Amino acid sequence: MLTVEGLDVAYGDFQVLWGAELRVDEGEIVCVLGPNGAGKSTLMNTISGLVKPRAGRVTFLDQRVDGLPAHRSAGHGLAHVLERRRLFPFLTVLDNVLLGSHNPRARSHRAETLERVEALFPVVRVRRAQLAHTLSGGEQQMVAIARGLMARPRLLMVDEPFLGLAPQVARDIGLLLRRIREEEGISVVFIEQNVEVALRLADRGYVLESGRTILSGPSAELLRSSEVKRIFLGDVAL
Amino acid sequence: MTALPQLIVSTLLLGGVYALIAVGLTLIFGVLRVVNFAHGEFLMLGMYLAFWAFALLHFDPYLTLVVSLPISFAVGWASYRGVMRPIVHASHNVQVFTTVGLSIALQNLALVLFTADARFVRTDYYAVVVRIAGAAFNVAQIVAFAIAVALTAGLFTFMRWSYTGKVMRATAQDRDASALMGIDTDRVYAITWAVGIACVGAAGVLLAPIYPVYPTAGLQFVLIAYVAVVLGGLGDMAGALIAALAVAAVEVVGSYTIGTAWKEVLYLLLFIGILVVRPAGLFGQRGAEALGA
Ligand SMILES: Nc1ncnc2c1ncn2[C@@H]1O[C@H](COP(=O)(O)OP(=O)(O)O)[C@@H](O)[C@H]1O
Ligand SMILES: [Mg+2]
Repeated sequence: MLTVEGLDVAYGDFQVLWGAELRVDEGEIVCVLGPNGAGKSTLMNTISGLVKPRAGRVTFLDQRVDGLPAHRSAGHGLAHVLERRRLFPFLTVLDNVLLGSHNPRARSHRAETLERVEALFPVVRVRRAQLAHTLSGGEQQMVAIARGLMARPRLLMVDEPFLGLAPQVARDIGLLLRRIREEEGISVVFIEQNVEVALRLADRGYVLESGRTILSGPSAELLRSSEVKRIFLGDVAL
Repeated sequence: MTALPQLIVSTLLLGGVYALIAVGLTLIFGVLRVVNFAHGEFLMLGMYLAFWAFALLHFDPYLTLVVSLPISFAVGWASYRGVMRPIVHASHNVQVFTTVGLSIALQNLALVLFTADARFVRTDYYAVVVRIAGAAFNVAQIVAFAIAVALTAGLFTFMRWSYTGKVMRATAQDRDASALMGIDTDRVYAITWAVGIACVGAAGVLLAPIYPVYPTAGLQFVLIAYVAVVLGGLGDMAGALIAALAVAAVEVVGSYTIGTAWKEVLYLLLFIGILVVRPAGLFGQRGAEALGA
């Protein structure tokens, strides 16, 4: 459903992605792995239109979406939860979540979507009147994902969903991402730096290093790969 | 002591109009992160609108006010599209040059079209004075205050409770996240700019029956609004409102105790003093929070 081919992205003269590749099929959970600064967030931001690519193509549900402004991606069925949650800090949880279905395709189903999202994320109901910045990190991540789901996406992209969370909370969020795929039939792409955590959750993975897609494959295969060990456990192995 | 009630009421009356000017300015800054140095010229245009409607069509300024809101909004929208949109993501230098340039252009346009002559809107009730507890007040001042407060309250209500207001606050708080919700942030910028201009345009109409109208008439009022906006914490609407009253108080008390010639010196001294003590404004660094409140 999502295909990224030969993506080149630069910030000014500083090129960050070099021919990056990614594919997500219907019903898959896919992770993007890579060390800090590899260009993972840039890849996701380019898919959702926040960043314009210099070359390459992004196809989503048989439509070219590269070059479209970011506010059009939600209407196409693509939700993107940014790194560090990025809730509207001084709006209530309910307002945050309601704004998630701003796009015209989702707006008419707002109440019904909210009910389903609250069933998955009870925190949205419990904390609805609270300002978003007063939530704990784990709660914020849940509300951020809930806000993404309010757009009624076909594909949910989450940038580092487990960043800075206690192991138990991270595990809960991992389970929720699974339920989103299982119960809602929404495909999921997420970014993660911890290989073990990522590949236990994902069906397949991509490894990005210095802006290039250097490896991809089923999770089990990547877990055994010596190349993955070199990149992520390099210093330890030596 | 007999002057005290007069001082208090004068402060409130002045502060109400300053507040309307300042909340428009701080709203624009809060969402677009652009300081509109042409704010005073839009005030001047509002004053001229009231003057010409009065001179040519015998419109009472308070009738003009009603039509001025959509007109100022449209002028704001057009000026966003034509002037601000290309530079809204440019560097601060470019933004300053653009809004200062717009200010100079509008002043000169007014000079060419309307000459430098001071014009007056002399309504029948111009000289009518109301006495309250020994203090005397011009009716136009009282009406200007009441309407300015109503409009300011309306803007607060709109920002706090309306869906569009929430979309504007969301855009102020996180533009990228808003775009990912499907919010056309460029359109939100246009609306915000136009709402800010509609506020200051309305303030101009309200001031026209009280003060002379000439091409640089906006300056004296917006200078105070800039002070109020910075003191209130840039982008903080409630802060701007309170600071506008504070600046009005300094102006009124200063004019009374030291002399009218000193009033600018006084509130600019206050301005510098507070910035030295509290660089982020009276209420600390609230910034985007302001538009959340
Ligand atoms: N807005 C930006 N402007 C300039 N450089 C950026 C910007 N965002 C990211 N970069 C640079 O691009 C590289 C990749 O960043 P990013 O995509 O955030 O990596 P990752 O998410 O894998 O940690 C880094 O070197 C980073 O400094
Ligand atoms: Mg990142």
